[in-house]
Amino acid sequence: MRPLAAVVFATAALGATAIAAEISLAERKSGYEFMGRETRAMQDDDTVNPAMLWVLDGEALWSRKEGSVAKSCADCHGDARASMKGVAARYPAFNAARGRPIDLEQQINICRTERQQSTPLAFESKELLALAAYVGRQSRGMPIEIADDERTKPFLQAGRELFTQRQGQLNLSCAQCHDDNWGQKLAGAAIPQGHPTGYPLYRLEWQALGSLQRRLRNCLFGMRAVSYPFGAPEYTDLELYLMWRARGMPVETPAVRP
Amino acid sequence: MARALINAPAKAKRGEIIEIKTLISHNMETGFRPDNTGKPVPRDIITDFICKYNGQEIFRAELFPAIAANPFLTFFTVATESGTLSFEWTGDNGFSATESVNITVE
Repeated sequence: MRPLAAVVFATAALGATAIAAEISLAERKSGYEFMGRETRAMQDDDTVNPAMLWVLDGEALWSRKEGSVAKSCADCHGDARASMKGVAARYPAFNAARGRPIDLEQQINICRTERQQSTPLAFESKELLALAAYVGRQSRGMPIEIADDERTKPFLQAGRELFTQRQGQLNLSCAQCHDDNWGQKLAGAAIPQGHPTGYPLYRLEWQALGSLQRRLRNCLFGMRAVSYPFGAPEYTDLELYLMWRARGMPVETPAVRP
Repeated sequence: MARALINAPAKAKRGEIIEIKTLISHNMETGFRPDNTGKPVPRDIITDFICKYNGQEIFRAELFPAIAANPFLTFFTVATESGTLSFEWTGDNGFSATESVNITVE
C-alpha cells in the first residue's frame, strides 16, 4: 500500500499545477484516420455517403422562399457554391450585435429571424442540419481558419478551460481522453483526438446527421455530467476552442463517423 | 418526398458487368423501440425494393426491421441495351418512392 499511496499523493500534488499537454500541430489527426476501411469508403464516395441526402435537402431549402418577406437564402447570398465557399471553415465567428461568438447553426437562425422574418429552426431539426450540411459542404477540403480576433479570445479561453475541467460523476475532462489518451481504446472504440472537422456529420450510431453540439452532449453524458441545453453559450465556447485546436486541418463536411 | 441517390454508369459497353448503387432517406423505425413515455413507436420501414431494366425486373429485395436507416443497396447487372433503369421503394404507411436513370450501351 505504501508505494501506491505515495504515487497517489505525488499525482495529486502534480495535478494542482499540471496542465494537460495540447497535441502538437504536426501530431494532429482527423477522426477519419481512426476509422475502418468500410467507414472511410462511405465518406469518400458522395453517392454512398448518407449525409449527402441532407445536403440535397439543404440545396432545395437554400432557394425556398421563407418568412413574411418571402425571401430565400439564395436571394441574399446567390449561388452557395460560390458565396458559401470557406464560410463554415471560419465558424464559430464573432457576432458584434450579440457580443459573443456564434456557430453556423446559430447564424442560420439569425438569418431566418432577422432577414427572412421567419421562425428559427429547432436545434437538430432536419431542416437546420440540412442547411448547415449544405453550407458546410461548400468548404470541404478547405483549411479550418478561426480568425485571430481579440474579441473572441476570452471565449476561446473559456472553451479551453471547459475542455480541461474535470466534470461529472466520472470526474473526467475532455482533455484526459482527447489530449492525453487518443489512439487508445475506450471499450472497443478508438479514442480520436476530437477535432470537429466534419460537422454536421453522419454518425452510424445515430443513423442520422447530427451537429457538434449533439456530439458534445454525447460526451458529457458519457462522463455522467449534466449537459447544457442546446444553444447554450458553453457549447459555442467549446466549439470555438475545438475549431481553433483543429486550425489548418481540412474541412470534411459532411463526414461519416462510426 | 424521400431523397434518393443513384450511382449507375451513364455509359457502358455491351456485355459489361455494371455496378448500381442506391441510397434512400428513410428512418427505418423498427417498431421495437419505446418513445419517451414508454409506448412502442409503431413500425415504419421500407419493405420492398425493385429495380427494372427497360421494364424487366432485374433485382428485388425485401427489407426487414433490422436494416439500418437510409438503406444502401448495391448490386450488379449486365449492360445489354440502351434504356432506363428504374427503381422503386415501397413500405409501411403507404411509402412509395421512384427514381430512374438512363444508360447508353454501345
